Amino acid sequence: MTDTNMTAAPRSQWWDVWDQFKTHKGAVMGLGFLIFITLFCMLGPVVWDVDPGKLNIRNKNLRPIINALWDADAKVAWANPMGTDNLGRDIMANIMQGGRISLAVGWTAMVLALLIGTTIGVLAGYFRRFDGLLMRFTDLVLALPLLPLLLVMMLLFRDPLRAAFGPEQGIFILIVTGIGITSWMQTARIVRGDVMALKEREFVLAARSIGTPARRMITRHLLPNVLSPIMVSATLGLATAIITESALSFLGLGFPSDFPTWGKILFDSVDRMTSFPERVIWPGLAISLTVLSVNYIGDGLRDALDPRIRGL
Amino acid sequence: MLDNPQKPLVSVRDLKMHFPIYAGLFRRRVGEVKAVDGISFDVMEGETLGLVGESGCGKSTAGRSVLRLYDITSGQIEIDGRQIGDTPQNQLRGMRPTMQMVFQDPQASLNPRMTVEAIIREPLDEHTTLTPTEKRDKVAELMDAVGLNRKFAGRYPHAFSGGQRQRIGIARALALNPKFIVCDEPIAALDVSIQAQVVNLLEDLQEKYGLTYLFISHDLSMVRHIATRVAVMYLGKVVELADRETLFADPQHPYTQALLSAVPEPDPSLARKTERIILQGDVPSPSKPPKGCNFCTRCPAAMDICKTGEPEYREIAPGRFAACHLHNPT
Repeated sequence: MTDTNMTAAPRSQWWDVWDQFKTHKGAVMGLGFLIFITLFCMLGPVVWDVDPGKLNIRNKNLRPIINALWDADAKVAWANPMGTDNLGRDIMANIMQGGRISLAVGWTAMVLALLIGTTIGVLAGYFRRFDGLLMRFTDLVLALPLLPLLLVMMLLFRDPLRAAFGPEQGIFILIVTGIGITSWMQTARIVRGDVMALKEREFVLAARSIGTPARRMITRHLLPNVLSPIMVSATLGLATAIITESALSFLGLGFPSDFPTWGKILFDSVDRMTSFPERVIWPGLAISLTVLSVNYIGDGLRDALDPRIRGL
Repeated sequence: MLDNPQKPLVSVRDLKMHFPIYAGLFRRRVGEVKAVDGISFDVMEGETLGLVGESGCGKSTAGRSVLRLYDITSGQIEIDGRQIGDTPQNQLRGMRPTMQMVFQDPQASLNPRMTVEAIIREPLDEHTTLTPTEKRDKVAELMDAVGLNRKFAGRYPHAFSGGQRQRIGIARALALNPKFIVCDEPIAALDVSIQAQVVNLLEDLQEKYGLTYLFISHDLSMVRHIATRVAVMYLGKVVELADRETLFADPQHPYTQALLSAVPEPDPSLARKTERIILQGDVPSPSKPPKGCNFCTRCPAAMDICKTGEPEYREIAPGRFAACHLHNPT
């Protein structure tokens, strides 16, 4: 943007957004943690090159090294800072590997659900002729019992997808699609309601008097104004997606058994939770802190994207 | 205005805009709100036609229908030589630059998530092929024209006062060099001290760009100030239309007389002398207008014929139109 005539420096608006975002302490901390956990899972295995599936029976049931602080007799080893499980697999390596899958499933399923939900919500809210049909379809999907539906989907599509994309890739696509297409309904309803209210505002009428076509009316006037509820559903959606994936893994319908995810590690450790609470705490902490940080980021982002709060 | 050599820029014939009412279990159509029920008028090139009437009489609906922001029930609208009464919305797009609108509530008519520059640039984005630099220049030019500081281009509407927001709305309407602008109560939401500024701005712009206005307002003194001709609406119909001077000096329709008598008179000695016409009762519902003349339920001069026959809207003197049985040719 060359500045010839305007005296004001055309500072990018994103700097203002960032400035406002920085004032939200929780959001900054959330962003910090999210970057940390993402790097931990993505780059961690490069530094910590322990095979998460390697069995080491001699070193099984090691406690995390923190235990040494208060329990001098605890069985700990610096080679396994978070301890090992009952088969001697390194828990830290498993958390890293599981985080990759869980985060990937969570984000992809959330984005998918958000895309479907927003599209359906905007279409139903903006075009009156689609409203009845699309909303009854939403009600229909809402009325379906989700878990049985997912189970049927797994049974029907697991093998063809495995054959086409390989066992991990296939199941990943299946889980992401399954979670995505069963969790968009709330977003669709919220977006539809907001779009219907916005549609009657005068600035939409003003845009119509300019001759803005429906397509750009939606992207320019409606979507930016329904950003807040979309953002909230996004943060909640990520949490739901990670947890649903855990539930599926628990039922044995998720990833193969030698393939760790946070949810799976959690459920595998539940039986011996009383003797080895850390095995539940590590993945539980990872899941809840990720969800919490995403919630805070969404909160901060929503404020930062609203020019009224940004105070410009 | 028969002797006026100007040709009408806008000509509206028997415009009707009825909104359906749906009710009951099966959402059946049980009636309709006759917001605008057969109005006809011309707006000459370069003039300002004031449209006055009380709340809910259909002024705003009339203004929006003329620009085809609604799909009208029936009637003909001709703007700049083109019939747009029954043109489908998507074919109207090319016509939009000629006709623009300034809205009543400057708070609601600006998208809170767009900067001033983006708001004024929107019409340029939609209808021109200027480069980004040219658009910036044009936006700056428009901001100068409406008296806004160029520095504020990057700000958001909530940071402006009501009067400034209305200026943004006017700049947006001017962006495409329109010929005809519908001003839908542009000053109703503003402070009295700001109203004069905005009205003067509108007048200056009219002179500068040769604009034609349809000025909708319920503020009679403001209409008297800005309009060249005035149309008075009651319950979806134009009851009287005449030159500003003639209308204010010698109103013919009983409703206009009552309306004008309600204008406050600043001089107390004069105010004591003038007799106010107080109308009884309320405006009937536009979904169930009375039989005969719409005004017969409240008219101080109602006759028997008023309750049975609808008065014809006709020219009672050169350039003066009224719809009243009192002025039937005898």
